[in-house]
This record gives sequence, structure tokens and C-alpha cells, in this order.
Amino acid sequence: MNAQAPTDLRTLSYAEAIREAMAIAMEADPTVILMGEDIGVYGGAFQVTLDLIDRFGPDRVMDTPISELGGAGVAVGAALTGLKPIFEFQFSDFAMLAMEQIVNQAAKLRYMLGGEASVPVVFRLPAGSGTGAAAQHSQSIEAWFGHVPGLKVLQPATPEDAKGMLLAALADPDPVMIFEHKLLYKMKGHVPAGSYLTPIGKALLRRAGTDVTIVAGSIMLHRALEAAEKLAAEGISAEVIDLRSIRPIDHETILASVRKTGRLMVVYEGVKAFGVGAEISAMVAESDAFDYLDAPILRLGGADAPVPYNPDLERASVPQVDTIEAAARRLVRREV
Amino acid sequence: MTLPDNRPFAIRHFAPAALREALKKMYLIRRFEEGAEDSYMRGLIHGTMHLSIGQEASAMATCMELTDNDKITSTHRGHGHCIAKGAEVGRMFAEFFGKETGYCHGRGGSMHIADVKTGNLGANGIVGGGLPIAVGAALSAKRLGKSDVTVCFFGDGANNEGAFHEALNMAAVWKLPVIFVCENNGYGMSTSTARSTAVTHIADRAAAYAMPGVTVDGNDFSAVAFAMHTAIARARAGEGPSLVENLTYRWRGHSKSDRNRYRSKDEIEDWMTRDPIARFRAELIAHGILDEAGAEAVAAEAIADVQAGIEFARSSTAPSISEVTRYVYAEV
Ligand SMILES: Cc1ncc(C[n+]2csc(CCOP(=O)(O)OP(=O)(O)O)c2C)c(N)n1
Ligand SMILES: [Mg+2]
Repeated sequence: MNAQAPTDLRTLSYAEAIREAMAIAMEADPTVILMGEDIGVYGGAFQVTLDLIDRFGPDRVMDTPISELGGAGVAVGAALTGLKPIFEFQFSDFAMLAMEQIVNQAAKLRYMLGGEASVPVVFRLPAGSGTGAAAQHSQSIEAWFGHVPGLKVLQPATPEDAKGMLLAALADPDPVMIFEHKLLYKMKGHVPAGSYLTPIGKALLRRAGTDVTIVAGSIMLHRALEAAEKLAAEGISAEVIDLRSIRPIDHETILASVRKTGRLMVVYEGVKAFGVGAEISAMVAESDAFDYLDAPILRLGGADAPVPYNPDLERASVPQVDTIEAAARRLVRREV
Repeated sequence: MTLPDNRPFAIRHFAPAALREALKKMYLIRRFEEGAEDSYMRGLIHGTMHLSIGQEASAMATCMELTDNDKITSTHRGHGHCIAKGAEVGRMFAEFFGKETGYCHGRGGSMHIADVKTGNLGANGIVGGGLPIAVGAALSAKRLGKSDVTVCFFGDGANNEGAFHEALNMAAVWKLPVIFVCENNGYGMSTSTARSTAVTHIADRAAAYAMPGVTVDGNDFSAVAFAMHTAIARARAGEGPSLVENLTYRWRGHSKSDRNRYRSKDEIEDWMTRDPIARFRAELIAHGILDEAGAEAVAAEAIADVQAGIEFARSSTAPSISEVTRYVYAEV
């Protein structure tokens, strides 16, 4: 994925990279604990924690009862008082049961207490559609948390970033939510050994181009890159930016790209309305980059519906390579 | 002098035809789930599913005295509840196959299987999601002056959600006609009740909400039916909610991706010797409701229904992609 791979070409899956980050952190820091449903002997619903219980024992790899509100709240309280919990929601959809503790408590404690308190909790949230799990197990709700001052919201697209972001989140004194895409868990890629931090709040130019800027995160990055490759064959040069961080959002990288290409497309899996695309579009419209636009901004997001069960409907409800490609073509040829 | 009738409750209480039908539906649940499992293996069904094989008596005996006007809220492990409440397996298979003829027009799948017309308000992808909804359904019945009751199925794992505690409290405070039926199969996914739950029996929690709570052998049809008979009578009489805990066991893994690392083969095999269907069938034969040939005929009917159901589902059409947003709002 990265143009110049370092000397060691170790390859891990996205899930393995996350597990490696947790293991590194737990070895280095006895205050790091894992909490979540079925993360012990079961190894996690997506087998991310896998055998960590064998390495660190049940006191540090804690199976919680099915109590999201309480469990997340216990993690917040522990973070407030000296532990560094990594709390896994079995599916990001279940974070809705814990909204109170995430939004009213974790996000606001530092501020409400005038900077006297710190909540260094990390929430891991498997997200996204494509598994046939229907409306309550397939959502992409990361943008919801972008609306909450006090939280940091990340979306790794590669194994390398999945590891680096988790380590960065643990090093961060504030609550961080990491949305992991379920379809990426098995994806392999180069992952540096040892500890390294992926900077929070930095987007990354993944492919340079001149005709259109495509901003995409998580699995949409891969679809956008594939679409860009196809577009190149017909003479359209797309620049692809990996958003990586929803909050804070990297204005500079996006604006610089738009000034260069004059066209912007934002691709995301969450419901299109009121989503990540709205924030990025407004940010461009409010900046000097607006003057560089040669075409209206285009958002490509999830359908205005819950995620359906039927596999064909499910595919059709979120952006795919072909829909990204077609939308970019329309934008560049000014058919919008 | 007449001797006391020592026959099991179900044998005394229900007509032979109803008992025969109950056995048929228990077979239907088992064969339906085996058919679904097989279709999944063959790639005809995607996603995942949660099978209730081994828990059929709990579903069926719980629903024995319910009419189509009575409501149930179901769970992710809800195929048995759906069939017991009266759904047709053809439309259920059609849903699993993602077809327009399915109960949810292909939008919901296994985890959201429902049949609103027979009073099944739906399975639920959210553990504990149905508990407050059931209380709301009971509130409707009470306010609208109906004698309908609502049965709320939930698992042992769900009793640790806040929704469980909030729901039971409101049901009790407002004396609502709802019966909370805990299908305690020993585990919430991989976590045993011993590791997740402070009380030994979920029914012990009823005391905290001032309602009767009983724990019964959930693989004993008659025991479940009697507990439900008592709870339903109380609800219909306006005396308020009850909690019934059916002790049972799921033979299969939690879902399609379970490696069964948290329980032993011996434990699973031991429970498989306590098959609720075989037990109920033997009871019906022992009390002369059916003979061997009659029981075989019932079992064969279930197989035929399942085969016809799969055929119906396979030959049904899929929803049109242009209708992705259909059913989000009412069509006006
Ligand atoms: C709010 C919520 N948390 C977690 C899950 C994931 N999950 C689905 S079923 C299940 C176990 C439920 O256990 P129990 O209530 O005992 O029902 P059983 O599966 O044993 O029938 C879990 C953890 C979920 N669907 N919803
Ligand atoms: Mg259970």
C-alpha cells in the first residue's frame, strides 16, 4: 500500500495488527486491560483478541456480561482512575446502548472538571456492512461521534494504520474511538515490527492525481483506489486521500488537494445525509479552496435506509467500486 | 372415590389434537432449523443464524395458550418462537433466502424474522431489545381494554442488560399483562451464567421487581406449559407480570462462527440425551395420545412441510434493487 515499504516486509492481517498492538501495549504497561463481550476464550466475535487471554490471563482480558452501558461506564471509571482500558464493542451498533457513558461522560469529563480529569479510554468498534447481518449489525455510525467535542474518532484502512492508531490512541490522554471495518479484518499488508504511533488527525495521500480528489476512509479507501486505477485507464487522473481521522479532521491535506484538482468527491459508507461528506463539503465551501472548484462537490454515501438483509440490496445500499468509478467520471466530465 | 389425576399437566389440560399439533410444530422447528443450516452450508442463505435446536419445548409450550391476538417479542434465537406462534415455514425460508415473499420482504433475514399477523412482533438483533417493547405491548392491551397478554422471550445473557431491569420494574409498577420468559441455556454466547450473573437463577431477580418468578425444566413440555398457564391466568386477571425461567440448552454453537471453546463435548452430549422432542413424544405415547405410527406420521408431516417450504422459497423472486429504500417510511 505504501509506496516505499521499509526494509522488513512483515505482512500481517488487519486483525493480527490490532492484536499485536494490544499485546505490545499490555507488555509495556500493566495498566492496560481489555474489556468486552466474549473477548476471552471465544477470542472475540471477529477473533481479534484471539489468544490474548492465554498470554495475559482473565484479569487483564475481561469478559463482560452483556451490559454495554455498564461495561463502557466501568471502562470510563477505570480510565479516570489509573487504568487504560481498551473496550471492545462486539459490533459498533451496540455502542448505541452505551451512548450515555461515551457522550455524556467520557467525552465531557475533562471539560466539565476544568481540565482536572483525564479519561484515556479506547473503544474498539467493528463496523460496516457486507456480511449479511442486516439492519442492527451493519451500520457505519462513526459520523455520529464526529459531532461530539471531547472524542477522537479514527478509521484505519490498512493493517499498518490499525496497529499504529491503536498504539497512538493508548498514548492519548483522551477518549478515542476506533472504527474497524469487519471486511478488512482478513486483509493483509505490511506492518512494521515494534511500537510506532500513527499520528491522530492526519489524512494521507494514497494516490496522486490531477483531475479529481476522492476522500475516502476505511474500506471505501480500497474501493476508491480500485476505481482510480480503472479511471486511469480512460485518462482520468484521480487523487485519493485516506481520511483516517474523522475527529479531528485534517483540513489542510484535503484543501491542498482540492486546490490542485479542482474537483471533490467524498465517499463513505454511512448514510449519506448528515454524514462525513457534509462536514468535508462544508469545510471546502467555507475555505479559499472553494474558488478552485470546477464542478459541484459530490458526496457518495450509504442509502437512505437501514442496511438490508438481501445480499444484492445490501451491496446496492453502499458505494462500490463501480458506483465510485461512474460518479467520478460524471464529475470530471461535468455531467453533474 | 375418584383417584387424583396424576398425569402430567399438559396431558390433562390440552385436547389430544392440540397435543398432536404441538408435537408436529416441535418437529417442524427442528427440521426447519436443520433445513436452514443445510441451506446455509450450500450458500443459499448468507449472513449468520442462531439455531435453537434442543430448546423446542420452551418455545412451543410457552406459546400453547396464546391466541393470534396475544403478542410475543422474540430474540436473535427466534425461529422456534416464530413457528410456535403460528408462522408458515415457507415464508420463513423465503425470508432467509432474501426473497420478496419472505415475512420481511427480504429486508430482515433470520435475525429479524417476524409474523406480525400471528402476533409475533419480531426477533431482535439487539440483546434485550424486546424487553421494553413487550412492556409497551402489554400497556396497549391494558389501555385499550383487551384481554391480550404479551410474552417476552429473552436469553440468560439479556438479563444483564439495563433494559431487562427497567422493563421488569415498569411492568410491575403498572401491573401489566406481560410474561417474561427467560430461555436459560446456560450461556450468553461464550459466557456462562456463573461468570456473568450474580444470582443462581434468573427467576431470583423477579423478587427485586415484586413479581412471581419460577424456574422450570425447560425441556419438560408439561412443566413449561404449567408455569405459563399460571402466569397467563394471572396476567389476564389483571394481576400483573410474571417471570418464567426455562432451563434448557442449545446443541449448536452460538452462531455459525462458534468454535465451542467454552464448553465441553461431554456437556453437549449429556444435554443431547435430554432431547425435549423425544421426551414429549414418549409422553404422548405413554398416555395414549398417539401411537408409534401416529408419532411417525407427525414427524413425516414436518419433513414434508420443510421440503415444500424450501421449494417455495427457492422459486420466489428477490426484491428489486430499485426498492432499497422501500419500507423505510409508510407508503402514503
Ligand atoms: C446489545 C447486544 N449486545 C451484544 C450482542 C451480541 N450477541 C448476540 S446474541 C448474544 C448472546 C445472547 O445470550 P442470551 O441472551 O443468553 O441468548 P442465547 O444466545 O443464549 O439464546 C450476544 C452477546 C447483541 N446482539 N446485542
Ligand atoms: Mg443464553
